[in-house]
Amino acid sequence: MEERLERPAVGGAAGCHREIVTLDKVSYAYGSQQVLDNVIFGVQERDFVGLIGSNGAGKTTLLRMIVGLTKPQGGEIRLFGTPAGRFKDWHLIGYVPQRNHFNPLFPATVREVVMSGLYGRRKLLRRLTKADLDRAADALDTLDIPDLADKRIGELSGGQQQRVFLARALINNPKLLILDEPTVGIDSETQLNFFQLIKHMHQHHDMTFLMVSHDLDMIRGYLGERPKASSGKLSFFVRHSHDLEDCAETDLVHTLRKEG
Amino acid sequence: MDILTAEFFQRALIGGVLIAVTAPLMGLFLVLRRLAMIGDTLSHVSIAGVALGFLINVYPVAVGLVFAIAASFGIEALRRKYRSFAELSIAIIMSGGIALASILFTLGKGFNLNVNSYLFGSIYTLDTTDLIVIGVVTAIVLAVVLLLKKELFLLTFDEDAASVSGLPVRYFNILISILTALVISASIKIVGALLVSALLTIPAACGLALARSFRQAVVIVVAIGEVAVIAGLWMAGLWNLAPGGTIVLLLIVILLGSLTTRAARV
Repeated sequence: MEERLERPAVGGAAGCHREIVTLDKVSYAYGSQQVLDNVIFGVQERDFVGLIGSNGAGKTTLLRMIVGLTKPQGGEIRLFGTPAGRFKDWHLIGYVPQRNHFNPLFPATVREVVMSGLYGRRKLLRRLTKADLDRAADALDTLDIPDLADKRIGELSGGQQQRVFLARALINNPKLLILDEPTVGIDSETQLNFFQLIKHMHQHHDMTFLMVSHDLDMIRGYLGERPKASSGKLSFFVRHSHDLEDCAETDLVHTLRKEG
Repeated sequence: MDILTAEFFQRALIGGVLIAVTAPLMGLFLVLRRLAMIGDTLSHVSIAGVALGFLINVYPVAVGLVFAIAASFGIEALRRKYRSFAELSIAIIMSGGIALASILFTLGKGFNLNVNSYLFGSIYTLDTTDLIVIGVVTAIVLAVVLLLKKELFLLTFDEDAASVSGLPVRYFNILISILTALVISASIKIVGALLVSALLTIPAACGLALARSFRQAVVIVVAIGEVAVIAGLWMAGLWNLAPGGTIVLLLIVILLGSLTTRAARV
């Protein structure tokens, strides 16, 4: 991608701004309708990328391909340099789905949902430890919802549910956080709070964001008026992390908590 | 009261108590994934297998199991063809199973094949082989669920997240299908093919109404399954009722109670 070449070398440590998501001529069609046509784009470490597009532009398809749920029909996606098909370190990626994708009658407490962020390939056939439980508690504290821990997820408001899913995504201290229209169906004040929280995380922590959103105002407000790249009906808005100075490893859940 | 101490009744009780653990447990996973009808489908196909077993003189439950597993793969394959119409694949396989069963049953008339005992269950005729099969199935299901409870929760709550976290979702789905087929084949003789799905789905329906957490839901579905099976067998024995039907009607009574409790609580 061009802007990668233009980018000034910022940040301290070597390898700090490596490309962690690479879309290399990615194509996808539903029947005869080509939704993604040779999309080329790179998300670099600590970028905040906003993905905007009208319905049917292929936003969700692209996101699903990045997290390995759908295979590209053409081209290749690389995650942290590894082709997505062979990528194994899924704990590096936190995924916040659309809020309305679960059944509100599902019998699960907030704590159970947040803990489930830890379950995956790494924990297969392993028992949970005290440290895992502490992490869940920390994640809940970080998002200011410790008092909701034992509530049934379906009883919460939309904004609270979204915080729960964010806590679930953060529990592994991921490098890359992917959010799929995180604020659909949430009132505007709660939306604003949620964006503030995300922005704060981007500015103060060693994390990269890729967010699909319909909220053009919010995207422009933080990521600038013009998209960095476009492909078909998709636009990529990017804010690089020039203002971040060091690339030290941080543990988001713990550091956010220390800040209170 | 003699019936309660009779050997056939004791066998019925053991078989029932074991199935009342596994059927509601698998049912909970299926219902939460909106696959409640799979129980019905697999049991109807399984019946075709049972009929074939009689015809070719092979242990019917085993043939039923093979049919149920084949059907679960068939459902999965059709489901991928008709992505957004998952229930279509269930309906097709179910009618296919009944069609096949009806033909095999007709062919088997000369073999003195007792249709009723498999359609409505014949828990009093459980023999040692049946009990061993039920015991092994229970052990397998419990072992798998205990070993993989975290992963099964994640898969059930959010299949996409399970996929993103690197779980081999496809293999897990196959595993769930096979376990379900096992439980259903083992349950058919207890409550009958027509009623198996009640033992899977009604406790889960109660669990949805009563449980606050997933852990609670697991405990509730098994507890309700046990209460219904033990009390149902006892009442059936006492008043000479059909055991399968009594168990299922009791389950429905418990469900109505659960819904009332929930309404009172909210």
